[in-house]
Amino acid sequence: MTETTPEGDVKFPPVVGAGADGATISPATPEAAVVADLPDGIDLVHESGLELKSRSQWAYARRRFVRHRLAMVSLVVLAIILLAGAFANLITPYSFAAQDFAHSGQAPTFKAHHFFGTDVLGRDYFSRVVYGIRTSEKVALIVTLVSTVIGTLIGAVAGYYSGWVDNILMRFTDLILTLPGLAVLLTAAAFIGTGNPIRVAFILALLFWTALARIVRGSFLSLREKEYVEAAKAAGSGDLRIMFRHMLPNAVGPIVVNATLIVGIAILTEAALSFLGFGIQPPNPSLGKLINDGQDVSSSMWWLVTFPGLTIVLIVLCINFIGDGLRDALDPTQRRTRA
Amino acid sequence: MGPRPHSGYGVMSTDGATANGGGPLVELQNLKVYFPIKSGVVLDRHVGDIRAVDDVSLQIKRGETVGLVGESGCGKSTVGRTIVRLYKPTAGRILFEGRDISQLGENELRPLRRRMQMVFQDPYASLNPRHSVGRIVGEPLRTHGLANRREAAGRVRDLLKIVGLPGDAAGRYPHEFSGGQRQRIGLARAIALNPDFVVADEPVSALDVSIQAQIINLLEQLQDEFDLTYLFIAHDLAVVRHISDRIAVMYLGWIVEVSSAAELYEKPLHPYTISLLSAVPIPDPIVERQRQPILLAGDLPSPANPPAACRFHTRCPFVQPTRCREEIPALRKLSSGHEVACHWAEEINEGRITPREREAVLEAPRPEPVEAPPPV
Repeated sequence: MTETTPEGDVKFPPVVGAGADGATISPATPEAAVVADLPDGIDLVHESGLELKSRSQWAYARRRFVRHRLAMVSLVVLAIILLAGAFANLITPYSFAAQDFAHSGQAPTFKAHHFFGTDVLGRDYFSRVVYGIRTSEKVALIVTLVSTVIGTLIGAVAGYYSGWVDNILMRFTDLILTLPGLAVLLTAAAFIGTGNPIRVAFILALLFWTALARIVRGSFLSLREKEYVEAAKAAGSGDLRIMFRHMLPNAVGPIVVNATLIVGIAILTEAALSFLGFGIQPPNPSLGKLINDGQDVSSSMWWLVTFPGLTIVLIVLCINFIGDGLRDALDPTQRRTRA
Repeated sequence: MGPRPHSGYGVMSTDGATANGGGPLVELQNLKVYFPIKSGVVLDRHVGDIRAVDDVSLQIKRGETVGLVGESGCGKSTVGRTIVRLYKPTAGRILFEGRDISQLGENELRPLRRRMQMVFQDPYASLNPRHSVGRIVGEPLRTHGLANRREAAGRVRDLLKIVGLPGDAAGRYPHEFSGGQRQRIGLARAIALNPDFVVADEPVSALDVSIQAQIINLLEQLQDEFDLTYLFIAHDLAVVRHISDRIAVMYLGWIVEVSSAAELYEKPLHPYTISLLSAVPIPDPIVERQRQPILLAGDLPSPANPPAACRFHTRCPFVQPTRCREEIPALRKLSSGHEVACHWAEEINEGRITPREREAVLEAPRPEPVEAPPPV
């Protein structure tokens, strides 16, 4: 029952007076009750004899997440990448469209700050990748927000009311799911127009909510049978209040995890669309567009596909690890708190 | 123990809304609650019903505690939940102060929900794990627009004090409390709106015996203090006896016996009640050894396909060759005011019919209306 800390000290199991999480317990002995020199308003001994530090579910989730190493590392890396994108105008040595004819087709070098090299037109690839991140960020943010809201609403309504409402909404969801994604995207892009990242994002969002709708419906179907939902109903709470204040907080785990995964998918799909020439239009850089630009000359100028490609991989990898960490942290059945 | 003196009996409720004068606060008239069994992949076909509650009539007077006992699955919880209209009755009437509430929509029910509250069985499942105790207890106040955030906080502290919890419990979360403490939170929530009528659905069956007594005493204390009327649902006969003025015994969706608590335990009339009470061990080894308990054979029949005529005849130790399998016994009032639904109650009471041991008879069920197995 002893543990060895990294420093080599032996830590003994906590004695009475310290809980497993280091919470303090005041013993409910008569002596403790007699010691009445406490300031008013503090009852040392409660009915159970325990006084525990209050910790909400969120606090537990946060603790579990912080202890998930891979997720934390990913979070830091992703934060750096996303901040770079957000502040692209401050950190890039060049504008994304500026041409440096003296160094066109330059391999990665520290000379003249072309860290990722330049393309045939002499544009600095580091600057273009960072601006590409910004575009992808914008797209991913909108897609995630819009599709999460749509998916949650449809899933919540279907799961809460069930019956024919559920039937109609879920058949509609099935319909969207059966659409061949890329083909629809390409068609939609042709009709609605391409080039504008926000427009691309909305097209993506209208296809990406289906998985979440099914997940939320599933959790609402089980949550509506919970006694606390019946209690809210017996108290006179309305449907909307029950759905969004009583049930939604209990379904937030899968929603958040799904949202992180959508961020990854959105970035990948936007890259694919742009790669195919239906997404972001020049001169705006996007990660997929950059790879497309570089592929013709990839045999001679390897850096043109490698750096944007690696960036995509890194972002999506980080997001998936964060999603893993969140899933573990938000799972209320997981009580394990690793020391 | 005799019936407890009713502090609130016949007294006008605090808001003076006794529309029906001296009539019962809650009255069930031929209440039926059926849950449909559906089958089919694309179109739901109605292939049968679970008859959870079948023709139940019961009166609950103001200020009294009516105990509702029965085996698991006999429909007692369904009765409770239907009274507070968590379920919609299939047929019959629910009168609250003489007003039929069985068909009201959710909007019309809302003002009534202030006056009827419920305490749930499972103190772990009935408190939202994501809400703080303060929010849980204050929720009824907030929903009914009776208090803003600050007023609610003050009232919550008072309520917590009333049920014996420290005021700082409001900031904590349900998982930080023990079962007994959680049930106190559930009680605080139930009395937050100052209701007249509380359905307590097995409020102590999930608790340790030592804690059960605390909660029962708290329930009684709250009843005295706030003039509450209880429908107390339980399967533990000792607990029900302690708290109830009158007791109704349910079997398979029926009420088979209603009487005052003392009388029911001294002179049970229905064979089902007799066997239930004889199954309670007596804490005296000499008496216990001499006594012949009547053990019920078999399980509760399916409420989707209940036995014809008297529903208890498949397991009844007193079953007779006539009437039991042919006639539905009505709940009839005997001279003592004791109500019983058995053709042979008098004969059994006078000892003219004695219990026989019987094997678990698997009565040939009535023809199944179900063609396909019910969906899971």
